[in-house]
Amino acid sequence: MLPAEFVARCKRHRVVLSVVFLLIFPLVMPFKAIAVNILIYGLFALGFNLLFGTLGLLSFGHAALFGGGAYACGIAIVHYGAPWWLGIFAGLLGGMLIAAIIGALAIRTRGIYFAMVTLALAQCVYFVAYQASDFTGGENGLRGIDVRDINLFGLHINFVDPLNRYYVVAAFVAAALFVLSRILASPFGAVLEAVRENEARARACGYDVRATRFVAFVISGGFCGLAGALQALHLSIVPIETLYYQTSGLVVMMALLGGMGTFFGPFIGAGVFLLLENLVSLWTVHWQLVVGAAFVACVLFFPRGIWGTILLGRAK
Amino acid sequence: MSDIILTTEGVAKSFGKFRALSGITASFPRGKLTAIIGPNGAGKSTYFNLISGAFPPSAGRIVFEGRDITGTAQHRYAALGIAKSFQITTVFPQVTVLENVRVALQALVSRFNIWMPRGDLAGLAEKAADLLNVVGISQHRERLAGSLAHGEQRALEIAMALASNPRLLLLDEPTAGMSPEETRSMMDLIVKLASERTVILVEHKMKLVMGISDRLLVLHHGELLAEGTPDDIRRNETVKRVYLGQREH
Repeated sequence: MLPAEFVARCKRHRVVLSVVFLLIFPLVMPFKAIAVNILIYGLFALGFNLLFGTLGLLSFGHAALFGGGAYACGIAIVHYGAPWWLGIFAGLLGGMLIAAIIGALAIRTRGIYFAMVTLALAQCVYFVAYQASDFTGGENGLRGIDVRDINLFGLHINFVDPLNRYYVVAAFVAAALFVLSRILASPFGAVLEAVRENEARARACGYDVRATRFVAFVISGGFCGLAGALQALHLSIVPIETLYYQTSGLVVMMALLGGMGTFFGPFIGAGVFLLLENLVSLWTVHWQLVVGAAFVACVLFFPRGIWGTILLGRAK
Repeated sequence: MSDIILTTEGVAKSFGKFRALSGITASFPRGKLTAIIGPNGAGKSTYFNLISGAFPPSAGRIVFEGRDITGTAQHRYAALGIAKSFQITTVFPQVTVLENVRVALQALVSRFNIWMPRGDLAGLAEKAADLLNVVGISQHRERLAGSLAHGEQRALEIAMALASNPRLLLLDEPTAGMSPEETRSMMDLIVKLASERTVILVEHKMKLVMGISDRLLVLHHGELLAEGTPDDIRRNETVKRVYLGQREH
């Protein structure tokens, strides 16, 4: 556990510190591709955490927002010849649009019902993508998202180079972190805390709990959609599994590992998960067993997650 | 302004086959402290929940300041001018005492602003500090609300209810679970608040409210048994019979 005063000071400069971390991170990583993956899944987990950690809503359908963003980006580029930046924008909007549809139906429920409704609706999105193979490539996934160069105000960046690719993705992640920090510090952020802490009191204060949840769900969809779009550019393909419920489970694990409700925890969770997966799979094919055991140990002994425990100490 | 602030016209509530409340017609005078009393299971809480908008009545109308508010969504009550405290303490435990009240105040000015820093909403922190003074817990402003003693949390809850500057304040068993000292200071606070606005409170312990109420409503088995001044109620034979044999708490 770190001293409280130090934690408070870091919290004030959380965006700057995060950006510094993003700049150094690839230099200490053995493979740049994993670093990119960690950023993308970290961003996905961050979008999920806004709903789960900040608002207290456990969604089991976030694959639809992440995958929706990936498909929206891929379809814009493959079928409509959109430039890369428009693809990313399409991914962001796609995530928000799917979040709006799922959210409108799911926010009426809570607890386990909310988890189940989001899971079911996300599976609907999966089957739609599976069936609409002319558009989405069906079970083969959406192929041919070929972005080699990134042009920005006359600046040409070779997107094939792993380090360049990392910094392009990191730029979007940094922007997302800045936006998230603003949201958490805003009046709406205060409402999110209030709704999580006590729904009945929030309502009595005059807050429309349903509308608050809906808006938070859509914002979460924006972050996840952006992560999906970056994933599509990174992989040059959108595998159909992106939409499958395993992806939803993955993000729950990452958020819990890192520490729900912490600012930077999602990246720690994504990093630990993906590094474990990569390292353990070097010596055994049963890597999931090890990662699963680590997850169970974390939930049992460090319920605040890795980052939450570092910041606040172990929960009593 | 009319001297009746709230009326309920034949409000009833059933939960499935169970009839919790059968047609209660009553009016509440403006500027007075009215206590709703009755033995356990009398329907006090159900009645309170109906007038405070926690759920709509199965039948009947609720009229606030001449306006039919039956079925109005709970979150609109603050803007109407009605605020409440709950029977079980409801504060935001993981948030500081000051922020609890600040959020309550914020509901009137900003609900969906995702960009500006919340500290830039002018005057809210100052107003919140004032309200903490009113309920007498300003020394705890920087503590987490969940770490306060029970009585202090109840006081905080009242500060949050006062945030919307309500014309009608509803309190559901405000002294439930309190020590005798806490009860006494809560009663003092209620009397102070009642001098500035209309207060309706639900109380299980009849003795407690006899001294401070202007009017009393006695419920029994989901029906209005009697209403009147504390003296009327004290003299009322039916009320005596209902409370007889019931140990005073």
